[in-house]
Amino acid sequence: MSAGPGLEFENEIAQLESKIASLERQTDRTDEIDKEVRDLRRQLIDTLREVYGSLDAWQTVQVSRHKNRPYTRDYLNLAFDEFVELYGDKHFGDDRAMLSGFAKLDRFKVMVLGHQKGRTFKERAACHFGCAHPEGYRKAMVKMRLAEKYHLPLICFIDTPGAYPGIGAEERGQAQVIAESMFMMSRLKTPVICVVIGEGGSGGALGIGLGDRVAMLQHSYYSVISPEGCAGILWKSHEFASKAAAALRFTSSDLTRLGVVDDVIEEPLGGAHRDHHQMASRLKSYLSRTLADLESRPIEALVDARYEKFRRIGVFLDEAQMVDSPSQD
Amino acid sequence: MSAVDSKPIDMTQSKKRGVPEGLWLKCPGCSASVYKKEVAQRLNVCPKCEYHFYVSAHDRIAQVLDDGTFEPMNEQLRSTDPLEFADRRKYAERLVGEQKRTGLTDAVVTGTGMVRARRIAFAVTDSAFIMGSMGSVVGERLTRLVEFATEHELPLIIISASGGGARMHEGILSLMQMAKVTAALARYDESGGFFTSVLTNPTMGGVAASFASLGDLVFAEPKALIGFAGPRTIKATIGIELPEDFQTSEFLLEHGYIDRIVTRKNLKTEIARAIDYCGK
Ligand SMILES: [Zn+2]
Repeated sequence: MSAGPGLEFENEIAQLESKIASLERQTDRTDEIDKEVRDLRRQLIDTLREVYGSLDAWQTVQVSRHKNRPYTRDYLNLAFDEFVELYGDKHFGDDRAMLSGFAKLDRFKVMVLGHQKGRTFKERAACHFGCAHPEGYRKAMVKMRLAEKYHLPLICFIDTPGAYPGIGAEERGQAQVIAESMFMMSRLKTPVICVVIGEGGSGGALGIGLGDRVAMLQHSYYSVISPEGCAGILWKSHEFASKAAAALRFTSSDLTRLGVVDDVIEEPLGGAHRDHHQMASRLKSYLSRTLADLESRPIEALVDARYEKFRRIGVFLDEAQMVDSPSQD
Repeated sequence: MSAVDSKPIDMTQSKKRGVPEGLWLKCPGCSASVYKKEVAQRLNVCPKCEYHFYVSAHDRIAQVLDDGTFEPMNEQLRSTDPLEFADRRKYAERLVGEQKRTGLTDAVVTGTGMVRARRIAFAVTDSAFIMGSMGSVVGERLTRLVEFATEHELPLIIISASGGGARMHEGILSLMQMAKVTAALARYDESGGFFTSVLTNPTMGGVAASFASLGDLVFAEPKALIGFAGPRTIKATIGIELPEDFQTSEFLLEHGYIDRIVTRKNLKTEIARAIDYCGK
């Protein structure tokens, strides 16, 4: 699948892809043309390996935001056997930026929550580009409770630039609902798996991010603040977004090193946007394997372990411990 | 999650030591010139319009806890620079600078004390230290305090003053402190603990979107700036003027997110009374 027009650092890749496509369109294929296509394909694979093997932080952000990148709804279509959408927060409205519903994956019946960005302009506007309002988090909480009551494991797909910043969002308690949603998730008596599939944008991401397992797709990012926002505050200009991106250490390998992410799911060569099916199939096998693992544990042990998992996160110096340690004697 | 674009905090009154007697202050609330000493005597509240000025963590302890009862906990924890973060200045240097300037070791002070002879677990964030933002040390101190309160069945009071939310210089580790403190509060809640959250100017971003919003009771000082996204971010996103009282304590009360607006003068009494209703 061609990734279509887009990323600057993919210029060479795009040229190769279009050359191959135009040769393949020729009706009178000769042996020479076939050979040329084979050579170009090899060259393409080498280039993809080279470029995608060493994406920098800012390039990763661009891949994670690629307009052809699979969204929550794509995975619901491709990785699950059934999806029964459930709407509404039973309070104010139905937030299109947060999908929810029953789903089947292999032998498992689960509840799925996920940010949705929308593909067409109309969809994107309806989803506020994946930025959920308080209704979205209230909707998530209503479905979490339902999942807990009927022992359905919860799967959360995180893909948001951040929770929506607006007047209505503040009036309806954006800060409050994100806090409450985390509060609920931290004690939820059912297995919870969270996967960052694209953008993990700060509190809006974390609002559905407290899981027994937290995974990331290889080229997604997960950050305390958007690189543009960080650049605006600390460098006083959005133009320093690539610098901020590097400084924030938010790629999947950074987060593994920092102990925030348990698993990284490898993307197809050239990114998830090049092969939705392969990405979905890898995601499916990760989820299936992880569900089987979590399901085998007693729920109390799972909730305790979930607490300990987040309890451990943080890097600081504890001088009392250092003084007490035997090496100081 | 970092809402650092919230209104700048007027820091002039935080440097009251060493300022010559007789200095007048311009009040951000009513624009009147007010006598500095009088403001200080009134717990840093404007005598003309009741504007609540900045209060340091240590002054706050003196205002809320019984004299000499505060026992600090986990003061020895220190922020490191796990990301080796540098913007126009290195985070490691910024930390040292903030410590020197404020006399604090980080943006939160935690410990135990008495409120009119009721023993409590207590924390206060100080907006002077990197905007009162939450990094690993703030998250760890708060979590240890909540766990201590759970174990010892103490009422918990947290007074928030944070324009910065999660501290971006520690990246994802800061964001995760929101989850960590929140999870500790959920266990505290399950054990029957009583948590009063006091929101002061400003309480924004990741602090508002975690522990500060999770009180059994949520109090706010008058006219504090409280919210999720910074007003500048919102204005840039939606491109229209924001309502006059937007994201103030009064605005939040009107929309149902605050139990009571409590003046600084009454805060200690109100906390003690709440504990009499709900504390163990
Ligand atoms: Zn005044």
